[in-house]
Amino acid sequence: MTASLLRTSPLGEREAEFAASGMDIREAGFRAMVNVRVDSASAAADAIGIALGVPLPVVPNTVCGGERAAVWLGPDEWLIYGADGDTPRITALATEALGPVSGSVLDLSANRTTIEISGARAREVLAKGCALDLHPRVFGEGHCAQTLIGKTQVLLWQYGNAPDYRILVRASFANYLADWLLDAAASGW
Amino acid sequence: MLLIECPWCGQREETEFRYGGQAHVDYPSAPAETGDTEWAEFLFYRDNPAGPFAERWMHAAGCRRWFNAVRDTRTNEFLGVYRIGEGQPA
Ligand SMILES: [Zn+2]
Repeated sequence: MTASLLRTSPLGEREAEFAASGMDIREAGFRAMVNVRVDSASAAADAIGIALGVPLPVVPNTVCGGERAAVWLGPDEWLIYGADGDTPRITALATEALGPVSGSVLDLSANRTTIEISGARAREVLAKGCALDLHPRVFGEGHCAQTLIGKTQVLLWQYGNAPDYRILVRASFANYLADWLLDAAASGW
Repeated sequence: MLLIECPWCGQREETEFRYGGQAHVDYPSAPAETGDTEWAEFLFYRDNPAGPFAERWMHAAGCRRWFNAVRDTRTNEFLGVYRIGEGQPA
């Protein structure tokens, strides 16, 4: 059984439903996600930012970077997000830059998967189950927030102006969130 | 829905938070010499004012940070929030 030996993403079997939803929605599986904890005022925090090519943002609920990005999780905690396959490089660079200072670098890539949702209706669909004010004057490109959508905890991140959102959700809650988003997309306004 | 201000994230819905009881209850400074009565008071005795009350809260579904808040127990109004390590506002 070759198939069972290939890696699978939590929403790999929902692709056809996403495609049929009328929304621009898809799973972006296997992204690199590395949790970094270090004192934000330390030289090590600066060194990690330089090593990774993305500064660790100190403004709460903001993101720095592009394809490789540093997402604010807390005053001393970030998620380094990158392309499929970037995990070993991120982990090595950040670990070396952290050095002997108190902190941690931890590969959490398998903890969450990513749902990307884009386009004019994306904001309205999210607004059905997310209490945050997603109006662009409050929550725009480069903003992120850990919050609830429906009943599950997510990391919501607007990465583009279409608008484009990434929703990072724990693997075991991914199907619940997919059900919820597809239902919100299908029902009327 | 009650909105609570996280000192890091700003206003969020109450459902994102966990309650942590009375704030500023110090661990006994000399645990080995603390008697049963004092331990019981440290563990179980809490103030129960009708009015402003300093409490611990945690932004569980958000940044997962503990912070302190002063809440009026009569009206449920939050009078202020402050980060761990910051003094209680007057
Ligand atoms: Zn918070």
